[in-house]
Amino acid sequence: MRQYSQLEQRLLNDFQHSLPLSPTPYADLANELGVEESTVIESLDRLQREGVVSRVGAVFRPNRVGVSTLAAMAVQEEQLESVAEIVSGFEEVNHNYERDHQFNLWFVVTATDAKRLQEVLQEISDRTGHEVMDLPMEQDFFIDLGFDLKWT
Amino acid sequence: MDMRVDNPAFEKSLIDVISQGLPLTGRPYAVIARQLCCSENQVLEVLQRLVQRGDIKRFGVVVRHRKLGYRANGMVVWNIPDEQVSELGSCIGQYDFVTLCYQRPRRLPAWPYNLFSMVHGHDRTEVIKQVDMIVEQCGLQNIEYNILFSGRCFKQRGAHYAEFRKKTEPVSIQHEMAANG
Repeated sequence: MRQYSQLEQRLLNDFQHSLPLSPTPYADLANELGVEESTVIESLDRLQREGVVSRVGAVFRPNRVGVSTLAAMAVQEEQLESVAEIVSGFEEVNHNYERDHQFNLWFVVTATDAKRLQEVLQEISDRTGHEVMDLPMEQDFFIDLGFDLKWT
Repeated sequence: MDMRVDNPAFEKSLIDVISQGLPLTGRPYAVIARQLCCSENQVLEVLQRLVQRGDIKRFGVVVRHRKLGYRANGMVVWNIPDEQVSELGSCIGQYDFVTLCYQRPRRLPAWPYNLFSMVHGHDRTEVIKQVDMIVEQCGLQNIEYNILFSGRCFKQRGAHYAEFRKKTEPVSIQHEMAANG
């Protein structure tokens, strides 16, 4: 991790939820930061190329487009890698993680509609020979205000 | 395609384009407008509506925290009496180091937990300290919980929906940080 300039730190921290919806958002940021618009654009471009910024834009409410669920499986340690590979192979799966619990494989499945979602879960279960625990979201309590990066 | 901005198909195309990120250029909405054959004003108008409706949770710089040294993430799962879920869920969801706070069904007897939150920190010790703080400040001393730290990451990318598959770029809909579902 390299050192970030003060301008970069502010770009990363202060504008996670407050990009103005105006025709010239980067000029507005530049104005607030007291720099040129081109400096803002170049800095964001660099941060994006480095992968620190994934994008400038919108974070959507879950299930706004299509449907999704969180699923978990309990897999014996020696089978985990091969089972995970089968699961990751599904186009509908993203975020496939190992976690330290008896339920040790956690993944998110997305599909265009609820019927397809259930089919995919069934297919994953059939192909891996493991029961899939389906944990759809029922209520969202998260107020996304961005994430305060505590620069030290 | 009918390009009236109140058309759901128009909204969908705009969401599709906007999910890939704003172009880094002086008039980014004008660039998007050209792609969608509409005016810059119409793009802004629909985005404003999506924000007001809560379909867009936030609009800004989306940061990959892992790249900035936030390497530990714990999925903290809580077993909260149903009648207290709203109150306590709102309390847990307000912390800036918490991303995602969802109620999900219990699957008894194997899975008693009904509230899921993702807590991020530089390392596990920091995550545990933050969970202790939540417990104390939200009054969760009598609530059963468990922290599931992440191990290997087998796959991570933004959500990807079948109808967009023609496009070469993936559509990332949610926070890159953690599982949403």
